[in-house]
Amino acid sequence: MKKALVSIAFGLTASLLATGASAQATLNSVKQKGFLTCGSNTGLAGFGVPDAQGNWTGLDVEFCRAMAAAIFDDPTKVRFIPLAAKDRFTALQSGEVDVLARNSTATMSRETQLGLDFPAINYYDGQGFMVRKKLGVSSAKELNGASICTQQGTTTELNLADYFRANNMKYEVVAFATSDETFKAYDSGRCDAFTTDASGLYAERLRASAPDDHIVLPEIISKEPLGPAVRHGDNQWGDIVKFTHMAMLNAEELGVTKANVEQMKTSDNPEIKRLLGTEGKFGEAVGLTNDWAVRIIKHIGNYGESFERNVGEGSRLKIKRGQNALWTKGGLQYGIPIR
Amino acid sequence: MSTVVDTFRFVRNQQVEALPPPNLARGPIAWIRENLFSGPFNTILTLVVLYLLYVIIPPIVDFVFVNAVWTGTDRDACRAETAGHPVGACWAFVIDKINYFVYGSYPVTERWRVNIFFALLALGVVWLLWLRAPRRDLGAIYFFWLFPILSYILLTGGDADFSNGFWLGFIVLSALIVAGFGAAARFLNAPVKPAVLIGAGIVAVIGITLALLEADWGLQPVPTALWGGILVTLLVATVGIVFSLPFGILLALGRRSKLPIVRMASVIFIEFVRGVPLITVLIMANTMLPLFLPGDMTVDRLARPLIGVAFFASAYMAEVVRGGLQAMPKGQYEGAMSLGLNYPQMMILIILPQALRIVIPGIVNTFIGLFKDTSLVAIVGIFDLIKTIEASRIDPNWAAPTISYTGYAFAALFYFVFCWGMSRYSLGVERRLATGHKH
Repeated sequence: MKKALVSIAFGLTASLLATGASAQATLNSVKQKGFLTCGSNTGLAGFGVPDAQGNWTGLDVEFCRAMAAAIFDDPTKVRFIPLAAKDRFTALQSGEVDVLARNSTATMSRETQLGLDFPAINYYDGQGFMVRKKLGVSSAKELNGASICTQQGTTTELNLADYFRANNMKYEVVAFATSDETFKAYDSGRCDAFTTDASGLYAERLRASAPDDHIVLPEIISKEPLGPAVRHGDNQWGDIVKFTHMAMLNAEELGVTKANVEQMKTSDNPEIKRLLGTEGKFGEAVGLTNDWAVRIIKHIGNYGESFERNVGEGSRLKIKRGQNALWTKGGLQYGIPIR
Repeated sequence: MSTVVDTFRFVRNQQVEALPPPNLARGPIAWIRENLFSGPFNTILTLVVLYLLYVIIPPIVDFVFVNAVWTGTDRDACRAETAGHPVGACWAFVIDKINYFVYGSYPVTERWRVNIFFALLALGVVWLLWLRAPRRDLGAIYFFWLFPILSYILLTGGDADFSNGFWLGFIVLSALIVAGFGAAARFLNAPVKPAVLIGAGIVAVIGITLALLEADWGLQPVPTALWGGILVTLLVATVGIVFSLPFGILLALGRRSKLPIVRMASVIFIEFVRGVPLITVLIMANTMLPLFLPGDMTVDRLARPLIGVAFFASAYMAEVVRGGLQAMPKGQYEGAMSLGLNYPQMMILIILPQALRIVIPGIVNTFIGLFKDTSLVAIVGIFDLIKTIEASRIDPNWAAPTISYTGYAFAALFYFVFCWGMSRYSLGVERRLATGHKH
């Protein structure tokens, strides 16, 4: 009765009830609902941005679409719930979203205290510097005595202090309350260098009054491993998230692309056969179908394709692969074998 | 001949044409002398203001019109080096994104439903606000009952899918309400039959509402996570306004009631809600509420701030209305009672019409404040107009130095048009209704 009263109360006031997922067997509840709910960014260039029709695009967005493709063979069966930084983790904990792909940094306390898992890292970010070309600087080590624009009260400010102290260099910090103000100040010549996460540097550079006058220095002074997060306690679901990313990495390594995935099915390479499910039953073992990886690659493509399309050369951001290159090319993205 | 003498007498039988006042006492020059340069202090003030206008106005005009870019498909149109001239507002960006600003991520093929919602909203607003509109009593029923139901069905697709337990609970509650009305009437020595009929009427209205919400209208369901832009801004403001006026009046009456429990409940509600900032209510609703509710139940993300805003506005509205009630002379109450009117008749026929008229500026002021406060929902990740602009301005396809300013200028224009409209309307109503007070 109490429950009925409560539900009547909500029915009368809001009339908008939805059911959340329980902590266990997320895959079943997702299949039952018929769509995946994905906690997404409220707007970050290259990772989650609405286009003119309101469709979300970006690297994190495509990750969720890849999961929907693996589960339903339909990348549109995903609902994006844009989450502010404050309520992103509670939304995941309370079951409001099934997976959080929202450029969240994996840290120990988030795994242990918040009860989250970061099964995969789909973007290795880190704090970097941008300077004017005419400054003639090619490394952050040459920034001794520079004035640096940064945002107040963020970890960027602390990382900056650590880096300059460790390298025994002097600097002058010019801090602002918002990232907008900070970049505006740098753009108008208020300081020599601008620092924030490297992916952000590329996005900000586009907005500069003369983007070609600025370069991003190669040094990365902090570790920001960004990846999708899930709740503790549902290992099968965590595996699906993990191997969605691994399948995209392996596909890139093996040369399987959106365009050639159908021909690759006939390949004799045992690794490709296992990836595409023509050999073994790896998909079924995780609760999906054996052609799960084919579905991902068919609809989204491999990791490299997704990267280039959203943040790399195919996009306006033109971020270099850097740490996000495959391990075979000197990066950190290492797809663990499917066997 | 005396007539000869008469010929020298001159009587003007026509009014002489009045001479115009001297040039220095009329026309624009005199007006300027009198109003702008009437003394050394005013002269200095005038010069300072003129200088400030000179500093401020030309750059704004340059930005908004002269250097503005009206056409283009991406950032190249709005960058000085590719456009070949200094670029002010990039209206091409707003034009490109306008559908997103209006509808958010609402599915393209279903946007006609949002358009109908806008039309229904306009109909309701005009019906209620145009003082000479026909059958404004029907208009009130439309705006406060039919319109919310239609909007809900249109925007979400209806088919609310209540569980059987919900309907069972509803039937039990209905029986309790009807029985409660009957019991109360017997207790108060009033005739039982009309009381039971009133109770049954309330139950029937709620039942019909729920049945309409549950009926399957064949519309594709659209989850609220996809709603956005002006749709959400108007929705939050409308829910706040529709809810806050009746609820605020009830709270104000409750606060002045002689029944201690009703009074205490009203006072606690008003003081509690007014005692916390709206932003706290929103963050509480969006971040904490999901943790308090049992695992299988969540309240829709958009409904949470809607409820928060509605409660918040009600508390403020209650205090505004209470101001009007306080201002009523005691004689009005006594006069009404001496005519033998009971409490509802006294309030509806005598007190409230006068009290509400007094506080029209206060009510409109609250509405304007509420309308602008709706932008706070952006903080909890609801895509209202401001949030859609914020999300669009970082789009790399439109990355240019003036994109952010253009987006905010558009938002400012939107809010200004609505708030200014409300304020002008309230002035007009005051002028019409104030006729009785002019002695």
